[in-house]
Amino acid sequence: MMDLLLASIFQQNLALSFFLGVCTFLAVSERFDTAVGLGLALIVVQTITVPLNNLFLNGLLIEGAWGWAGLPEVDLTFLDLIAFIGVIAAMVQILEMTLDRFAPLLYRALGIYLPLITVNCAVLGGSLFMAERQYSFTESVTYGFGGGVGWALAIISFAAIRERLKYSDIPAGLQGLGAAFLVTGLMSLGFSAFAGVTP
Amino acid sequence: MADPFSLWRGFLARPNDDKFKIFGIATLVALVCAVAVSVTSVLLRPYQEAHVEAERQAQMERMLDTLPGLRGLMQEAGVDSLTTRLVDLETGAFVTDKEPGEFDARAAATDPEQSVAIPSEMDVANLRTRARLAPVHFLERDGTLQLVVLPISGSGYQSTIHAMLALEADLTTIAALSIIEQAETPGLGNRIEDPNWLALWPGKQIADDTGKIVISVVRGQATGPYEVDGITGATRTTNGISAMLRYWLGDHGFGPFLTRLRQEGL
Amino acid sequence: MASLLRTLTGPIIANNPVTLQILGVCSALAVTTSLVTALTMSVALTVVLCLSSGIISLIRKHIPPVIRLIVQIIIIASLVIVIDGLLRAFAFEISRQLSIFVGLIVTNCLVLGRAEAFAMRNLPLPSILDGLGNGLGYSAVLIIVGTIRELLGAGTLLGVTILTPASEGGWFEPLNLMQLAPSAFFIIGFLIWSIRARWSDQIEPPKYALKTRRDAR
Repeated sequence: MMDLLLASIFQQNLALSFFLGVCTFLAVSERFDTAVGLGLALIVVQTITVPLNNLFLNGLLIEGAWGWAGLPEVDLTFLDLIAFIGVIAAMVQILEMTLDRFAPLLYRALGIYLPLITVNCAVLGGSLFMAERQYSFTESVTYGFGGGVGWALAIISFAAIRERLKYSDIPAGLQGLGAAFLVTGLMSLGFSAFAGVTP
Repeated sequence: MADPFSLWRGFLARPNDDKFKIFGIATLVALVCAVAVSVTSVLLRPYQEAHVEAERQAQMERMLDTLPGLRGLMQEAGVDSLTTRLVDLETGAFVTDKEPGEFDARAAATDPEQSVAIPSEMDVANLRTRARLAPVHFLERDGTLQLVVLPISGSGYQSTIHAMLALEADLTTIAALSIIEQAETPGLGNRIEDPNWLALWPGKQIADDTGKIVISVVRGQATGPYEVDGITGATRTTNGISAMLRYWLGDHGFGPFLTRLRQEGL
Repeated sequence: MASLLRTLTGPIIANNPVTLQILGVCSALAVTTSLVTALTMSVALTVVLCLSSGIISLIRKHIPPVIRLIVQIIIIASLVIVIDGLLRAFAFEISRQLSIFVGLIVTNCLVLGRAEAFAMRNLPLPSILDGLGNGLGYSAVLIIVGTIRELLGAGTLLGVTILTPASEGGWFEPLNLMQLAPSAFFIIGFLIWSIRARWSDQIEPPKYALKTRRDAR
């Protein structure tokens, strides 16, 4: 389980190895505190939705899941995409309402990007990988948590770098987004060094 | 038909934060989309399956084409396709009470009744479970074995890879490797389907003199008959292929079958 | 008429989804290793974008705000599944290349982003044009990145060898970095730089200015 946790944070980092959730990654990382907020929100969403989708998949969608109702041949796996997104959307809606009630400043700072967690390729990607690799329930929890932590780690470090970049003297055309792309490329090259590490 | 129409109009006229309308729209959209997706899925399935079947046949044909002289051999033997039989993987013996045509290999691999869990220390290909039976294809001529084709699969970098491994009559030399299905990274991992790379496989040996399975894809250039050149940027995919071969040719895969075949012949 | 034209051409450079709006970036990395996959993805995404913007715009007045995100996503996801199904039934070869990216299209922030930002507040025709414009802008970036990556990474373009690689007896040593995803980041970064060098209104003003120039070299 520890191997899976470490692998999902470093070797298979959702943001820097698989490049999932990069839009939000680039857009929200201008301020350090917003990035921390989004990272934490994503850890919560990921840790809850991956196991939940696992239950959904194994309980309702795969072939044989409807055996108890006398329909053992029904195979609804073609609905997995919509089902996963539905679960994620519901979770994000609940998170949105919770943040609005308990952390209104963070809620406003995240703005449009909170509902965009719903289509964050990282969250859906985590669930799709879980389905592809046929993880068990406990593995799903570990993988969800690790995946979220990895993505949060990436965006928090990236935001820290970008805050420093604001003080640098870079060509006008490269300022902001251009430099962000270059830094992300360098970070992902760095993370690819983990690929050879075996625990 | 004025009544349902005006009912519909009335429904649409409700304000957007009205609870009934929220529930109604949600249900309606869900229903329409579900129907659209299901109807197209069901209607299109026969076309899609026909394509998949044609693709599988084409894969088999393509693999047969890569083996020099095989077509000639088949013509001499008077067959136009390979014979398929089911094998019990644990004992290595042929199964007589089931027809290969009725056996769905993919479904059996995950069906608890027809499969067995793979112990984690042996599960290098990350398959978790495998079916008890497996189809094998072979070409025989005048009672002697010419070629054996084994279906293998394993986890790659981001997808499950399905392939066919063809072995020559000595059951140690590879005749060909053919990739049936994969969804690896375009431009990198999916170059395992590149005919130029697949052409490196014929002639390689799967096992050394002691019988240990040593065939693998290395990084960079191969240095011997047990190694195949790697693909830059696709290390994890090719590691998956090496692991897959090691599992299926080992004791938990087709190992017992190949041993029995070597000793007893067909 | 003029405003319709602006809706269509705006997103190509002035408001490009990838280089300015930061939408649709994830897929720009994975699919640009070769030009043919970049083209396939561009076409598929533009089709989905136009259709989804059109459909959502048609029903925009009756989508309750509380469930609007889920409704949009369900419509987009269903559209993608249906299109993928049709491709798998009638254009099998193309669909094999595309099936991997289907998941990427559904979660593509671009589709949902334009639905939310434009289609929810505009008539169907402008929404479809907006979808087309954004699709074209997205495709432009993808094609540029795909061309550079395939040409420098493998020496080919659409499978046709242009620069004969050393392995086949030529002079060209393929840049293996181009085959890895970070290269797409670098290319897009430099692309943004070039665009902003020409269209300087896109340059982001510096957030802080040094107060004294005494220590500046």
